[in-house]
Amino acid sequence: MKSRGFLPALPALILLFVFFLFPVVRMLGFSVEGGTFDWYAKALGEELYLRVFWNTFEIALLVTFFCLLLGYPLGFLMATTTPFWATAGFIFVLLPLWTSVLVRTYAWMVLLGRNGVFNRTLIESGIIADPIPLLHNFTGVLIGMVHVLLPYMVLPIYSAVRKVDPAIPAAAAGLGASSFAIFRRIYLPLTLNGIFAGSVLVFVLSLGFFITPALLGGGRVMMIAVLIEQQVREALNWPFAAALSAVLLVFTFAVYALAQRLTRTETAR
Amino acid sequence: MKTSPSRRLLVVACGLIYFFLMLPLLVVFPISLSSAPYMQFPPPGLSWQWYERYLDDPQWIDATWRSLYIGGATAVLALALGVPLAFALVRGKFFGRILIDRLALAPVIVPTIILSVAVYGLFAKLKLIGMWYGLVIAHTVLALPFVVLVIGAGLRDFDRSLEQAAEGLGASRWRTLARITLPLLRPSLVSAGLLAFISSFDEVVVALFMAGANMTLPKKMFDNIMMEIDPTIAAVSVMQILLVSIVLVLIGRFGRGLKDSAR
Repeated sequence: MKSRGFLPALPALILLFVFFLFPVVRMLGFSVEGGTFDWYAKALGEELYLRVFWNTFEIALLVTFFCLLLGYPLGFLMATTTPFWATAGFIFVLLPLWTSVLVRTYAWMVLLGRNGVFNRTLIESGIIADPIPLLHNFTGVLIGMVHVLLPYMVLPIYSAVRKVDPAIPAAAAGLGASSFAIFRRIYLPLTLNGIFAGSVLVFVLSLGFFITPALLGGGRVMMIAVLIEQQVREALNWPFAAALSAVLLVFTFAVYALAQRLTRTETAR
Repeated sequence: MKTSPSRRLLVVACGLIYFFLMLPLLVVFPISLSSAPYMQFPPPGLSWQWYERYLDDPQWIDATWRSLYIGGATAVLALALGVPLAFALVRGKFFGRILIDRLALAPVIVPTIILSVAVYGLFAKLKLIGMWYGLVIAHTVLALPFVVLVIGAGLRDFDRSLEQAAEGLGASRWRTLARITLPLLRPSLVSAGLLAFISSFDEVVVALFMAGANMTLPKKMFDNIMMEIDPTIAAVSVMQILLVSIVLVLIGRFGRGLKDSAR
């Protein structure tokens, strides 16, 4: 094969090799320093750290579930409404997406705190007597992460629903199908790809999440990324941080690889 | 078209979800204008004190300038490297093209915490911690996938007969590139550049490790949130939201449509 057009890629490739590939491989190398797998045994063997992995997995799964629950209606409405409302819908999805995660996390702290907006409103209206703990716990992290990741679910679902030929649901409706039947028999199977793409994206992004659990978890909700940061910055334990990173990385790639395999067999059918 | 009951239910549900999405953005506006000396909601009265405190604090202003020029430099560098890369990936034919395509997108797949720790380890060795250009390099790695995706999409939709016409009329390859290809790609270039800028301007994880004493705006915000909830943050947040809105309007006006980039 004649090779052409490679040269323009070279400068970017050098950057990626020197400042991305090399440092990552170098750091992962720390985990087997001295030729032992002791750090991996610690990461995957001790109950304390296994629980962090399990926590991360559980949170990622729940975040994905709630993003799907909230994201599907939004994507669906945006794809089936008039152009004006679709654009308005896009603005309201993209504005939070492009607002700093820090700003949003700060706002959630204001909303969810002991003396936060929610608790004050609920107490003043007499619904509850004592503030419900919403911050520095599992619930807080979940709310914050769903908020940050929801747009990543909405966009693929939107494009999947857009691809459905509107004549099909119209024909079904003309033949007397109920809205629910149209959704279950037409939209759901035809938009499975979008659901899948959005879920994989949200799940994988959740696995490596740092800012939201660090701030809204208040040190009480340990996720893998927070643990890695602590090992590097506080414990200065590079080999252990490297082993944890390697496990996270392998897990991330495995999810992607699995997802790609599944979509490939699906399109092949 | 008659609105069915289930459709009405959908609209109501979506209204609530949009409320959830916008709630954090809406709550910071009133807090930033609060006259209370500490966090209180709803605010007892209105004042500009938190904006004044932000503008009067050289630390905040320094951090803002630093983030602006690091973001600008990142956008320039990411375009300078990413546009040729996108050309090579879309139009080139060479061994390992698919592999390079994967590598170029990998920085969004690899968790940012891993990238941050890895680059931090390297930069500590090279004594680049606290250097603004060190952060520009790391942010460029993170911004490169956006540039490649947006420019790549623009190139795939490109009508090549226009270039062939220019070359057929005797224009050199460079002249065709400068007079035909790049001007036609301008919407994609604008979107890619602005996305790269915002991605750097908002970036906090890498900055957390590498900014050192020279704080960027997100790093300063992170530290402030960690220490105390001071409404100054709300004032900074409002300005950040306004800046992002302006950038989004710019992308909508001069860039490739938002909906096209979302695809």
